[in-house]
Amino acid sequence: MQSIAGSKSSLTWAVHISVVIMVVLWLIPTVGLFVSSFRTADQISTSGWWASLFPAEQNVVARAADPDENRVADGSTFIVSGNLFDGEDKTISVWGTSSRAIDIYVAGDTADLGDGETITVQANGDYEWRGNDEQIAGRGQRVFATVTAQPEFTLANYDKMLLDESNVEGMAKAFFNTLTVTIPATIIPIVIAAFAAYALAWMDFPGRALLIACVVGLLVVPLQLALIPLLKLHLGIGIGKGYLGVWLAHTGFGLPLAIYLLRNYMAGLPRDIIENAKVDSATDFQIFVKIIIPLSFPALASFAIFQFLWTWNDLLVAKVFLIDATGQTTVMTNQITDLLGTRGGNWEILATAAFISIAVPLAVFFAMQRYLVRGILAGSVK
Amino acid sequence: MANLLLTDVAKSYGTVDVLQDINLNIETGELIVFVGPSGCGKSTLLRMIAGLEKITGGTLEIDGMVVNDVPPAERGIAMVFQSYALYPHMTVRDNMSFALKIAKMSREEIDERVEGAARTLQLHNLLDRLPKALSGGQRQRVAIGRSIVRDPKVYLFDEPLSNLDAALRVATRIEIAQLKESMPESTMIYVTHDQVEAMTLASRIVVLAGGGIAQVGTPLQLYERPENEFVAQFIGSPAMNLLPGKISGTGEQTRIELAGGGEAVSDVPSLPEDSGKDVNIGVRPEDFLATDGPHIFQGKVSISEALGEVTILYFEPEGAADPVIAKLAGIHRDQRGNNVSLTAHPSKVHVFHDTQSLLYRDHPVKRIPVKAH
Repeated sequence: MQSIAGSKSSLTWAVHISVVIMVVLWLIPTVGLFVSSFRTADQISTSGWWASLFPAEQNVVARAADPDENRVADGSTFIVSGNLFDGEDKTISVWGTSSRAIDIYVAGDTADLGDGETITVQANGDYEWRGNDEQIAGRGQRVFATVTAQPEFTLANYDKMLLDESNVEGMAKAFFNTLTVTIPATIIPIVIAAFAAYALAWMDFPGRALLIACVVGLLVVPLQLALIPLLKLHLGIGIGKGYLGVWLAHTGFGLPLAIYLLRNYMAGLPRDIIENAKVDSATDFQIFVKIIIPLSFPALASFAIFQFLWTWNDLLVAKVFLIDATGQTTVMTNQITDLLGTRGGNWEILATAAFISIAVPLAVFFAMQRYLVRGILAGSVK
Repeated sequence: MANLLLTDVAKSYGTVDVLQDINLNIETGELIVFVGPSGCGKSTLLRMIAGLEKITGGTLEIDGMVVNDVPPAERGIAMVFQSYALYPHMTVRDNMSFALKIAKMSREEIDERVEGAARTLQLHNLLDRLPKALSGGQRQRVAIGRSIVRDPKVYLFDEPLSNLDAALRVATRIEIAQLKESMPESTMIYVTHDQVEAMTLASRIVVLAGGGIAQVGTPLQLYERPENEFVAQFIGSPAMNLLPGKISGTGEQTRIELAGGGEAVSDVPSLPEDSGKDVNIGVRPEDFLATDGPHIFQGKVSISEALGEVTILYFEPEGAADPVIAKLAGIHRDQRGNNVSLTAHPSKVHVFHDTQSLLYRDHPVKRIPVKAH
């Protein structure tokens, strides 16, 4: 029989296609948000984000410059010339001078407006309007043009949401509030869990197996179950709502998985190395600090990424333990849900807010992804 | 620099006895080798001496002090593990100075000791490398260097060469022998399952089998005067031939009539009451001589291996489980299918009654359930 493990399945292409389809499906919303956040409200309302990279056709109305001020005499005729778009990069395909017939001339044609009055419009918007003293007067001649506009992106949304201090809906404060929640809520459980994991993996004490079983059992307890009793406890002992409360809550909810993952990883470290350190007279604390921690770095990093991501994206715990009536401690997820209510139609605002909140997790993911993959495998495959 | 005394040491996991009645006195400067088949408890015994396994019975003394409950750090030992157990995130220098830093030694002294050990082991240009950038032999030397810098009372080696390839194993074995020579005062205990390592390195060998000590002695004592059939067959390769027979004459020399029809004379003395006892005689393959006269064994050669310096003949006598093997000096051509008669000098014929050598008739009989090979 041919070796099964070594042979390439004939369905490899099916796997590849499925992967590509799934990746594309998952990426579409993110890319859409990203593109939309650089467009103006007008652009979003006229075309979808997927069309934003290509030149778009638009119908525009432009008016020649005010003849009373700009006309130039040429014998008995007067001329007004200039550019319909003030130099913007647009290309005219067809145009007209009446709203009933906007496509009767092509670029470069000269339109006869009657009694010798003419206007010539070039593809780039340059025009020349000729006529007698009476004709070149009053308001400027209107031109209805079908133009092809080059794609255009703007940073104005980000400017408004992040840097505009007068904007009460801005994300800047919420961004720093989220950081204030996330960083301690990542570090505290890792420190506690690393100590606990070492003890559960390598120190002999009565009841160790029972403790491990309890930790595994806690993995299946949904955190919603603990919200109200925990908040009561926080209020009862005087922590109240605030950063300390949310740090403690995130720590508690993160610990079971942290201990479980790290214990499994540490238990897989070679016994000989730890025994050798014991023979080398190292105490448990020295073994932990000098040997276990450096060797567990992949597992620590991967758990740190997980904890960071889900405290960053958390709304529920923040709403329960942090955000009070003053609104001074709102986090980004909460800010976005508020925006959904007040600015539900302003897609450029929502997209920008969402992308501000997604940017940091994306950066963390790309910077640390090798630890993420290694950490997921850690403990499961030996 | 230390002597060890093991008195009735025993180890059990729950109700399973792994080791019992281990009595051993190890003198300062000895290199003791624990040897035995896999699962005989030799590594367990070493780890008990190191303090990594609990001693469940008897006492272990180092320099006259009972250390049963002393943690490994305070026993003054250094151990070299089979897997080297180098700290993978530290350079060679950091690996070697780890224990010294923990002992809060001064930087100058640490440097001096590390440099000294590195020079002895030719590691000086590898000091700033990580273990993963070293070959197997170099890693092994680092592991040994890590124990040397601590200047311990007792060195413990747990199968240190078994992860090396054959050529490197021989070279490293010689290095360990030289190392021991350069430190005549240090006591070393070395665990191996390889009898060549045991024979070449040991000042005394402890053969462990079936949860106890089968015999303790110098390498040549074990070879020349094995105490029981287990040791007889474990030491030496190919293993000693055992042929069943009955004692027919006693006295200064013993005469044995063999079940296969031959007759053997042994220099092992016997008592009159031994007459008629069922015994096994043991003859090493290399002690057999081809003969035309009276023989110990006669048979048809089933396989002949001519190696040049020796010719190994295999016989398959009827009713015997194992082949009889003879290793004759020199070249003997075309022996296959020939009838060959073999004899041996009386001084080379061992006599075992009830698996125990008649030479050690006053020793308690050790029943060893496992077969040597």
